[in-house]
Amino acid sequence: MSDREPILETRGLRKQFGAVVAAAELDVTFHRGETVGIIGANGAGKTTFVNLVTGYQKPDGGTIRFLGRDITGQGPRHVTKAGLCRSFQIPQVFGSMSVADNLLMAVGIAEIGWLTAGSPLEQPRRRALVEELLATYRMEPYAGHRADLLPQGVRKLLDIAMATARKPALLMLDEPTSGISAVEKYGLMDIIMAALRAQQVTIHFIEHDMEIVGRYAERVLAFAAGDVIADGPPARVLHDPRVQELVIGRHEAARGVLNHAAPPAESGS
Amino acid sequence: MSMLVAILVDGLVNASWLFLVAVGLTLVCGVMRILNIAHGGLYAFGAYATATLISWWPAARLTSPVSFALMLVAAVGVGAVVGLALERGLLRFVYGRDEVVLVLITFAAFLILEDVLTLIWGATVIAAYQPYSLLGRTSVGRLTFSNYDLSLIVVAVLVTVGLWWALTRTRRGLLLRAVIHDREMAQIVGINVGRYTTITFVVGCIFGALGGALTAPMISIQPGIGVEVIVVAFAVVVIGGMGSIPGALLGSIGVGLARAAAVHLLPDLEVFVIYLVMTAVLAVRKEGLFAPAAVRRI
Amino acid sequence: MRRTLLAMLVLAVALAAAAAFAPGWLAFLLAVVMAKSLVVAGLVVMWRAGLISFGQALFYGVGAYGAGMLGMRWGVTDFFLITLVGAATAGVIAWVLGFLVARYRGIFFANLNLAFSMLLFGYMVKSSTFGGTDGLRAPIPTFLGYEPGDATRVGVLLVATTAVVLPLLALLHRFLDSTAGRMTTAIRDNEIRVLYLGGSVRRTIHLLVVVAAVLAGAGGAMVALAIGHIDPDVAYWTTSGEFLFVAVLAGPAHVLAAVLGTSVFEVIRTYANEYAPQFWQLILGTSLVLSMLFLPDGLWSLAGRLRRVRKEAGHV
Repeated sequence: MSDREPILETRGLRKQFGAVVAAAELDVTFHRGETVGIIGANGAGKTTFVNLVTGYQKPDGGTIRFLGRDITGQGPRHVTKAGLCRSFQIPQVFGSMSVADNLLMAVGIAEIGWLTAGSPLEQPRRRALVEELLATYRMEPYAGHRADLLPQGVRKLLDIAMATARKPALLMLDEPTSGISAVEKYGLMDIIMAALRAQQVTIHFIEHDMEIVGRYAERVLAFAAGDVIADGPPARVLHDPRVQELVIGRHEAARGVLNHAAPPAESGS
Repeated sequence: MSMLVAILVDGLVNASWLFLVAVGLTLVCGVMRILNIAHGGLYAFGAYATATLISWWPAARLTSPVSFALMLVAAVGVGAVVGLALERGLLRFVYGRDEVVLVLITFAAFLILEDVLTLIWGATVIAAYQPYSLLGRTSVGRLTFSNYDLSLIVVAVLVTVGLWWALTRTRRGLLLRAVIHDREMAQIVGINVGRYTTITFVVGCIFGALGGALTAPMISIQPGIGVEVIVVAFAVVVIGGMGSIPGALLGSIGVGLARAAAVHLLPDLEVFVIYLVMTAVLAVRKEGLFAPAAVRRI
Repeated sequence: MRRTLLAMLVLAVALAAAAAFAPGWLAFLLAVVMAKSLVVAGLVVMWRAGLISFGQALFYGVGAYGAGMLGMRWGVTDFFLITLVGAATAGVIAWVLGFLVARYRGIFFANLNLAFSMLLFGYMVKSSTFGGTDGLRAPIPTFLGYEPGDATRVGVLLVATTAVVLPLLALLHRFLDSTAGRMTTAIRDNEIRVLYLGGSVRRTIHLLVVVAAVLAGAGGAMVALAIGHIDPDVAYWTTSGEFLFVAVLAGPAHVLAAVLGTSVFEVIRTYANEYAPQFWQLILGTSLVLSMLFLPDGLWSLAGRLRRVRKEAGHV
């Protein structure tokens, strides 16, 4: 469990897109070692929250502190270098390179400095790290495959593995299981969680599947209309009537429609 | 005072010319996301075709309405033939490739057109000045302006209004704007994007040829005229924001006035002005005056 | 790396032999090819990062005019010094402009560079210092104090050009294997991922711009010294287009592809000028279209294909 040392704090974090409030004065504190599930209907502000914290978008107001340092308004590069990394809903990989080269590139960039930028990327030590990552994330059979031709699940794993190349203190996973068939979800989450816990990375993940949230998260944050409407252990948050109404209800309804439209896709569940 | 009037009128004439040579380019740019270098070739073809028609048609040397009609015929004819040949015969094989590849393909097409041009018309200088002198001149105080130059302003206004009407008041125009705005979505809702692409490209080419046709009476027509025009048209399009017609209009006016001011005040600067404006605009607005900023979803 | 060095060594020996025994026109052609391939190599490196410049003639022109000015104004004639100054000047200008252009991508990068090169062109046309449209005469080069006679000059020029170009290409090859160099492909594929790995896209592109400019500046100076004359056309957009064309023809796979591409290009140009000058652009345009349709990865990919065919044949 968490040792109560705050790792990430937001105070009055605000962001608006036109008339849509994507972040309404968010005051949230996260602790080191916590595994947090972030839930909410589409458009509730989950991804915006991750985008704001990791510097992809600039907040309209408020502050973000990471490991005691003010990182408000800093770009992705600086936030990443500070030890806050992320993965993406749509995996962001180097499409023309092989899986192994993607990882090698990730390890290389993680280590880049003024003096090392000119030395060869290819080094036995780095190759060993790549092998390790390939093993941890069970991607060995795909090592030589081009990243843009990978199955979705493997591409997701690659995206996450690359995000860990810097050995982050906090890793934010944006919908790690989206686009993955229900049968594969647990296997994928098991691999990810085992790998990250072994590295003692604090994990935040956005997730639509409440069973996954209930199983892997220690704390759940429910978003609606840019605000946090519930925050606490999964058992409490998932049974909160407002969460049931605003997050889960709507979500299950939407899923029902989808199942009607395309029954074979999720027939396993 | 008369200096100011001269700058203003010369500037507007120049702006009209710039707009006429650039509008087709920006149209194609908006729909196809291609900076079509072959546009310069069409300009040259339009100029040559006009000169030929005017030399064939004795009446054109005597009355201006006929020569204006001939310019239009030359532009539409050449633009349609060459444009269709380029799009169907070449460009459609490279759709979906890198932006870079597309630009270079049109560069190649431009080179080919240049030599085809000299094959057809030879390398000699020809002229089609008749429409220019037929229209006479107008004097305002101590200043005299060529009526032909002034009529360019009228043509530019007509083209602007016509395009505005076609794009905002007709069904096809609205559909075309849907294609410009979001190609994929347009395809999903059932618009035949492929056909709109071809038509737009041909229309863009016709405008390119029209630019050349209208310029023909003002210059001596010789190999290489397209090379110079293409950078200028490029600059106008880039300044305005690729694919934006209001942008091209504003860009033309800005560059036209700046150029005229340079001609009258600092003649040494004339060749630079357009590129100075271009660098200044790009430095402040990365994608030109009227380009929508695209945010990538992650 | 070792194979590349070996290939370069073979090339160096062949060029030295050509310098000693080949007729003057051939040695001259080879010197121009080597010098221009440096410009092309710079474009190829930028292209690896997905960047194309319609304005590389700016740096090429700076190198060329630098050679003319050094000779005319200050009486400098040394080949190596002139090349060094051309490269350095282009590099400094690129470093300054880089703060701006490194923020641009795609067509905007291409166009901003175009605008800068056209500014230089406009200036050269107008400036009497630089000879206006007539241009300048480049000095007859000397080589570290050695002044070859008329008969041997072209040969020596070829040797000196090779002595500059091949080491630079070797360095470039090494750079492409470095972390910064490999980041070119990463940037082309996915900038967002590079940023979220903590890499600096802007700084890397800035570096590429400077590297390409240094190569173009050196190439421009050497071509000017070989030809003996510089006019504003060296900075015109068609010059940029031509280099870009050769870069596409060559392909981004290997630095030596630039040499191959430039050779093919200059040979086509020489023969077209000889036998069908009126069809030169037609031939050029057609070969450009054909290479882009059928050899999307450039001439160098032919070598890869041949190797594959041979391998398959060996299996049978």
